Amino acid sequence: MTSVMNATRSPHGISTSSDEAICLAGVNAFYGESHILHGVDLRVKRGELVTLLGRNGAGRSTTLKTIMNMVGSRSGSIVINGQETLGMKPHHIPRLGVGYCPEERGIFASLDVEENLLLPPTVRSGGMSLDDIYGMFPNLYERRRSQGTRLSGGEQQMLAMARILRTGADILLLDEITEGLAPVINQALAEVLVTLKSRGMTIVLVEQNFRFAAPLADRHFVMEHGRIIDTIEAADLDARRDDLNALLGV
Amino acid sequence: MTMIFGVPLAVFMGQLMLGLINGAFYALLSLGLAVIFGLLKIVNFAHGAQYMLGAFAALLGAQYLGINYWLALLLVPLVVGAFGALLERLVLRRIAHLDHLYGLLLTFGLALIFEGSLINLFGVSGASYPVPEALAGGIKLPFMFLPTYRGWVLVAALVVCLGTWFIIERTRLGAYLRAGTENPALMQAFGVNVPLLVTLTYGFGVALAAFAGVLAAPLYPVSPTMGSSLLIVVFAVVVIGGMGSILGAILTGLAMGLIEGLTKVYYPEAANTVIFLVMIMVLMLRPAGLFGKEA
Repeated sequence: MTSVMNATRSPHGISTSSDEAICLAGVNAFYGESHILHGVDLRVKRGELVTLLGRNGAGRSTTLKTIMNMVGSRSGSIVINGQETLGMKPHHIPRLGVGYCPEERGIFASLDVEENLLLPPTVRSGGMSLDDIYGMFPNLYERRRSQGTRLSGGEQQMLAMARILRTGADILLLDEITEGLAPVINQALAEVLVTLKSRGMTIVLVEQNFRFAAPLADRHFVMEHGRIIDTIEAADLDARRDDLNALLGV
Repeated sequence: MTMIFGVPLAVFMGQLMLGLINGAFYALLSLGLAVIFGLLKIVNFAHGAQYMLGAFAALLGAQYLGINYWLALLLVPLVVGAFGALLERLVLRRIAHLDHLYGLLLTFGLALIFEGSLINLFGVSGASYPVPEALAGGIKLPFMFLPTYRGWVLVAALVVCLGTWFIIERTRLGAYLRAGTENPALMQAFGVNVPLLVTLTYGFGVALAAFAGVLAAPLYPVSPTMGSSLLIVVFAVVVIGGMGSILGAILTGLAMGLIEGLTKVYYPEAANTVIFLVMIMVLMLRPAGLFGKEA
């Protein structure tokens, strides 16, 4: 059993070790006829916070959706917590401990705040309790009886994140969580991410806002045209800032 | 004798009661349609046929298996509902990714097949199903005579309607259903088995229709065509209430039954068309329906 956990051979002959939460190897993704991801390789160690950077349409959101099996079809190898997931049904993937927060937040209008919070089924033990969550996001407690979509943008974002913390997921895929939010809210979100990382969560952050992501991440993956074209370690960030600016076109 | 707008009180109340009972059937059936439409986005044209199958199952169960009314009330919705779930799993799911118009056409075809098969076997004349003994006779109210069975139908339909409303609006399973209606892909990404939820929802909607069918069996002749004529009115009710609203379906069903009953008292010639007149007015003034959300 230990040997299986320690080194799983993926179809591409790349070994994945047990300290890796996510390992993508040669992943292609398609929506109908359109080929969106072209051989993405991505490894995230347990407890790491990494970002996917890139221009709009580079394939960052699609990478998260591909991990969740929410695209038309996919190929390659996607190992999550030591398990190959390429052939898995979409609703089995969260049960490996993956929590997904979509770009459009996906707050349900027909549910109130607390119903939204309680909606995602528990995927493993050790998730935050409702009290913990209300402690971390006091605004949500005050507005727990409001219709989910009546919250402000920032509160909806808090709700979308809080919702997956309850489930016990220890791998979080967060898509553009700072989009359109005030700096003070982003500051609060950054503090939440630091807390979650200190609790040992693995976090993949798709971000447009580099200034938000830079101080948080261990590593940055730069995407373009559905490929990962560069990897920048946090320590090299200052030295490579010009490269990065050129890649992102800022 | 007390008169209400020139009509004897007993006649007035009698028609009101009849209207309310028709309304209870409209409510039960449009509720099932609303539940199915919410998650599957399919206009279930087989709903009338499934109601008819409920009545037939009660009738045949009594004739060949000796199943009494009370057992039928419990068993028939389960059996017909399971048959519905099977239909979803084997037939409807195959076209779920296509335009929803195909679902409408397919269920319409299924309705014709069910009806046609039963006409072939039993003819169109219809048979009667006895009123259960415990509910025979009637109650003499100060203003009218109320057959016990009709009172029971009203109570049973209301209890099932409100129970369904409660499950959908106040329970966790209902929250899954509401959320799945809004964004099935995200529900799947949370680990909810949405295909199973869809199958169970269709089965539940069909079970509601079958339950209505068993309730109707002692009131109306049980015939293969009993569903199709009712379904047209129910569709009008659904349009008036607004597709997909649970409480809207229940309230509109009852209200339309009452309006129909009152029209029978004061202008009987229009009784069969009044619901469609209301439908036209609602479509002109509030196209999303009285309880529907504007798109």
